[in-house]
Amino acid sequence: MKSYETVIGLEVHAELATKTKIFCGCTTQFGGEPNTHCCPVCTGMPGTLPVLNKKVVEFAIAAGLAANCTITQHCKFDRKNYFYPDLPKAYQVSQLYLPICRGGGIEIETGGEKKIVGIHEIHMEEDAGKLVHDPWEDCTLVDYNRCGVPLIEIVSEPDMRSADEVIAYLEKLKLILQYLGVSDCKMQEGSLRADINLSVREVGAKEFGIRTEMKNMNSFKAIARAVEGERKRQIELLEYGKVIVQETRRWDDNKDTSFAMRSKEDAQDYRYFPEPDLVPIEISDEWLEEIKNRQPELRDEKMLRYETEYDIPAYDADIITGSKKLADIFEETVALCGKPKEVSNWLMVETMRLLKEAEMEPENIEFSAANLARLVGLIYDGKINRTVAKEVFEEIFKSDIDPVQYVEKKGLSMVSDEGILRSVIEKIIAANPASVNDYRNGKEKALGFLVGQTMKEMKGKADPGLINRILKDLL
Amino acid sequence: MTITDETIHYVAALAKLELSGEEKEKAKKDLGSILAYMDTMNELDTEHIEPMSHVFPIRNVFREDVVANGPDRDILLSNAPASKDGCFMVPKTVE
Repeated sequence: MKSYETVIGLEVHAELATKTKIFCGCTTQFGGEPNTHCCPVCTGMPGTLPVLNKKVVEFAIAAGLAANCTITQHCKFDRKNYFYPDLPKAYQVSQLYLPICRGGGIEIETGGEKKIVGIHEIHMEEDAGKLVHDPWEDCTLVDYNRCGVPLIEIVSEPDMRSADEVIAYLEKLKLILQYLGVSDCKMQEGSLRADINLSVREVGAKEFGIRTEMKNMNSFKAIARAVEGERKRQIELLEYGKVIVQETRRWDDNKDTSFAMRSKEDAQDYRYFPEPDLVPIEISDEWLEEIKNRQPELRDEKMLRYETEYDIPAYDADIITGSKKLADIFEETVALCGKPKEVSNWLMVETMRLLKEAEMEPENIEFSAANLARLVGLIYDGKINRTVAKEVFEEIFKSDIDPVQYVEKKGLSMVSDEGILRSVIEKIIAANPASVNDYRNGKEKALGFLVGQTMKEMKGKADPGLINRILKDLL
Repeated sequence: MTITDETIHYVAALAKLELSGEEKEKAKKDLGSILAYMDTMNELDTEHIEPMSHVFPIRNVFREDVVANGPDRDILLSNAPASKDGCFMVPKTVE
């Protein structure tokens, strides 16, 4: 078999984290009863006019600056025409001729090697509605809640060569957008989705091969498998002397293969033209400067700061800054209770374990920094021991309970009354003469057994250090 | 450029229009004269002229990002040819 090179470019759609839609004052909140986040503008009623949300422009510029793009200071919108009921106007307002950002690049790292993935352009556009097939009436039902939610489409150059590079690029992009606050990138809610353009060619070939496109992929795992699967499919075709058809394919993650959706024969003709209902956008140097000055700290800077300011290991800083949500909780909690390394441990160990168990992403964490800070307080005040703390943390993780109230209600505080502890220990000593003898004869292990028995009697609500001290004292 | 029957057929299909033979002939003539006008324009040197997309010298008309619309589903759906379960109902659409 000849050796092949895979060439991949991505079109990533990110829903912007604005409160309202791109051209009207409807909420962008996810979900909701069908057609309750809608108005005459986003349902395409005749006679309505769009008015651009200023925040959309600022978010698009912020993303472009972070991706090292040139900002198109004179830009405008265009109409992309096609008939499909998810777009009530029969056109999507998008940008073709003068996209807001052009020509940037993002650095990725795979297997210790760094490389720049070029950004061809970033443009602003509106999302479409949702179609649901109704089997009873054999018709289609349309919900326009998502119609008009602002998107940016980030178009990369065909610079990626493997699934690993694709995932590294997407992860980097996701973090940039989350840190900028431009998008929450919740993949399961579809706020980050990718179209994969993939072709293969013989190593050393100058021309690109014929590419296929797989649309609307919204999980990293599925994307990695789709890249692998499509690469194999194309190479197999070439090996058998067949030709690759330029077409859109749908990846079926269950069947582990892709299927043709529409082929080039009925390729769409979008008849783009300038959107007459929206006036051009002029981005002044001052406005651009203002947005530049407002750019928040991005991941790489934050990582370095954590090591110096909070004195936590690089390993911790890497994991915590790997999610904007984790980083936010970390900083908020430390601001409340100090103890950065302690807070970092709770996030890296227990939080990660519980997330994995619940098959959740850090973005879906629902507990508050305040309650984690209270928990750390309880530990350092000697109110609860670590075993109890873990139990309490599970409750915080599940339903964001106030640990102070919880510990009190459940009676989980450590018994710090030496008198009570002493009388319990006296009972344990009396009941375990064999172990007592062993200890007195120099078997250190026997002490551990007695501590364990005492802890059991105290139902875990005692400070093991204190038990140790009293035991030794009494023996 | 002349408008052929194929062009009329293609443009009509894109616009989802069903034209009678008579309408096709009329459209062919109309589009032809529009294109002839474009040919006149093409005689001018427009090399360094920025294409005009808007007639009025207005720039930067924005809205602040504040929720202003409440749900009005019943009114919206009253404009639909048919509705069901709070949704617009349209003929079966599968891609």
